[in-house]
Amino acid sequence: MRARLICSQWMCVAVVVAVSSLSGAQSTANQENQWMGIESHIGNLTGHAANAKDDYRRYCVGCHGDLGDGQGENAVWLDPKPRDFTIAQFKCRSTPTGTLPTDEDLFNTIARGLDNSNMPPWNTFTKVQRADLVAYIKHFSAKWQTEKPGTPIQIPPEPEVTADRIKAGQVLFKKLECWKCHGVEGRGNGPSADTLTDDLNRPIKPFDFHDGDRFKCGKSNADLYKIFMTGLDGTPMPSFADNVKPDEAWDLVFYLRTLQPMKTKEKEIARQLGLKPIDPNAPNP
Amino acid sequence: MISSRRSLAGSLLLLVSLIVGCFPEAHALPAFARKYGLRCSACHESWPMLNYFGQKFKDNGYQLMNDRDAPIWQNPSYWPVTFRITPIWHRVSTGRVAIDEGGGQNNGETRISSTGFDLSGLDFHTGGTLEKNFSFYVLPSSDSTATFHFETVMGRLDNLWGSSWLNVKLGKFELDNLLSEKRILTLTGNGGIYQTYHFIPVGDNNIFGQMGDNQLGLEYMGHSVDDRTRISAALISSSDGNIGLVTGANSYTGFFTGSQAFDAGRLGVERIGFYAMVGEAATTYRTSAGVPIPGSGIGNKSFSREGFVGQFYFGPHFDIDVVTQHGSDNVWFGQGFGNATNPSNGTPCPTSGPCGPNNTPGTVLPATARAPSWNGATFEAHYVYSPQLIFIGRYELERMSQQATVGNASNLGNIADYTIGYRYNPFMTSRAGFAWHNEYNWMHQDGTGPQPGQNLNSSELLIGFDFDF
Repeated sequence: MRARLICSQWMCVAVVVAVSSLSGAQSTANQENQWMGIESHIGNLTGHAANAKDDYRRYCVGCHGDLGDGQGENAVWLDPKPRDFTIAQFKCRSTPTGTLPTDEDLFNTIARGLDNSNMPPWNTFTKVQRADLVAYIKHFSAKWQTEKPGTPIQIPPEPEVTADRIKAGQVLFKKLECWKCHGVEGRGNGPSADTLTDDLNRPIKPFDFHDGDRFKCGKSNADLYKIFMTGLDGTPMPSFADNVKPDEAWDLVFYLRTLQPMKTKEKEIARQLGLKPIDPNAPNP
Repeated sequence: MISSRRSLAGSLLLLVSLIVGCFPEAHALPAFARKYGLRCSACHESWPMLNYFGQKFKDNGYQLMNDRDAPIWQNPSYWPVTFRITPIWHRVSTGRVAIDEGGGQNNGETRISSTGFDLSGLDFHTGGTLEKNFSFYVLPSSDSTATFHFETVMGRLDNLWGSSWLNVKLGKFELDNLLSEKRILTLTGNGGIYQTYHFIPVGDNNIFGQMGDNQLGLEYMGHSVDDRTRISAALISSSDGNIGLVTGANSYTGFFTGSQAFDAGRLGVERIGFYAMVGEAATTYRTSAGVPIPGSGIGNKSFSREGFVGQFYFGPHFDIDVVTQHGSDNVWFGQGFGNATNPSNGTPCPTSGPCGPNNTPGTVLPATARAPSWNGATFEAHYVYSPQLIFIGRYELERMSQQATVGNASNLGNIADYTIGYRYNPFMTSRAGFAWHNEYNWMHQDGTGPQPGQNLNSSELLIGFDFDF
């Protein structure tokens, strides 16, 4: 009798669990359908998630997965891993760290691609296609329903490159301890480099400035400025917006340009200055 | 006269048979998909036909341009090789085939229809990057009897001095046709090629102006970063891609293209462009025991092909490609001079038969000879129901505007060609391609039957599995 009672209790539990799972699944499907109505706004363009369904399936699903969770069939082979859109965390933003990017940020990322990853530049799409895809990306996460994108940071006009600014940038490079990850010469071989992981505990390498003229989130000076003032969310690269004044940030941009392989005005000035790599053990000036 | 007509019809039938026996080689590389982890559909509207992203990938030298293109980023065991083959069942029906009757030769005619299971040839594609901005493509291709030849062999220097406008290719390659015959979606004998790219007037023997055939030469190509603007110029040997310098010395052809694409909002990306092929080829060959000596061709005569191309999208599901052509050949070609090689294998052959006459010193053209010219157009529509299912419809017309010989019927040799079909891919991955292919082609040609004024009709129904891995 007791055994029968226990058995029936377990059956009740199982039924409750099954029903609640079912209702949970139902709710997810409903939410997805509801979120499919989400839009993106880039200038005068309005993107509609529903319009991007075919394009997402054609171009994106192999890496980002049907559910946008970055678990596409190829994800296992890729490094870095494809973005998980369900957590709505993005590296390339014009908005402060911890906030959602603007639609335009995502719009530009699709066209630009992400260097040193398997995400190519999809600049053959029409603007409408890209706007629709931005909306589709947003439909994967509830975060877009409850939060608004951050306010884009203000970038002051780029000043003239001078020797003083480059030297000041080098001081910042040391003071902010950029070298701990990026190395004293910016080769991505700092003492912490081998220990870095992203928010999902996956190993991640710091950027090697000698690698080329393109960064993960663009190639212009303004792009570089944005990277360290907004941070690369989800990675160990923090935002320095609270540590660096907006105008000083340009000094760091100019110094970082001296570390890159291409010929730049900054590099020429550094050569004339006879600028040496920083000494981490030397006292700060 | 009847006899010559029969001979002509016989030659045409032979040509059709050869075409029927040779399915087109197509370029679709799961090897690229495997390398980059992208599904076939990312680059192909339906494989092997490229979409705009795939075209940009090709124009960049099979590179995504994300600094992961060099082989050093691949697993050392990765080798970019893919095979493609197509087992099929097809029904081929050819009208007015000259036959022997009552002890005579070629004195009768009949329609021959045959059905059965068959095979395409086998292609082994290998291509990709040797290093960043050094790309290659090698394609040994067989006919259905496993006799191989090199369909494509080329090396390419990409993005010279960091500019997408500077790319140089050397070897044997497909001309920069926006509507690519090597990526054609149809497989039947007459529907598996673009008639506009291969049209030759009746009596003409200029095989060198066939834009659809891969050619030997050097190509410059440039494009904007987003591939909206594309230009190319190629210098090729006037040999129709045959190796071994079998035709004339100093016989070259230039092929020039340019196109511009526009963002048309919800309609999609629209592209318009032009092409021009201008060349010279030999008509006179030194002979030895009556056989043309390979490479001895002189007496160059000119030919040209030019036209417009357009890719028009009407939303995400429907598009139409259009290619027009005006072609003209020198009067000598129109009278059968020109080719000194066997069209089927490129080997030298006697001065009679399929190779045509030799323009030896003292040869005089008949008073009725004229330079042939014609106009043609190809319209190909696609309805992309989903990345896995595409419907194809094509109409091609070739119309003579001036016959090679005064007195020939004005419509002699005109062609109308219709093809419909669909391809269904039951799965889509980045590892392999598989298509259930169904197609019907009907082709009509004016005045080339065994009897004067008779027209030729042929048709083919094809069902098969088209796959690559």
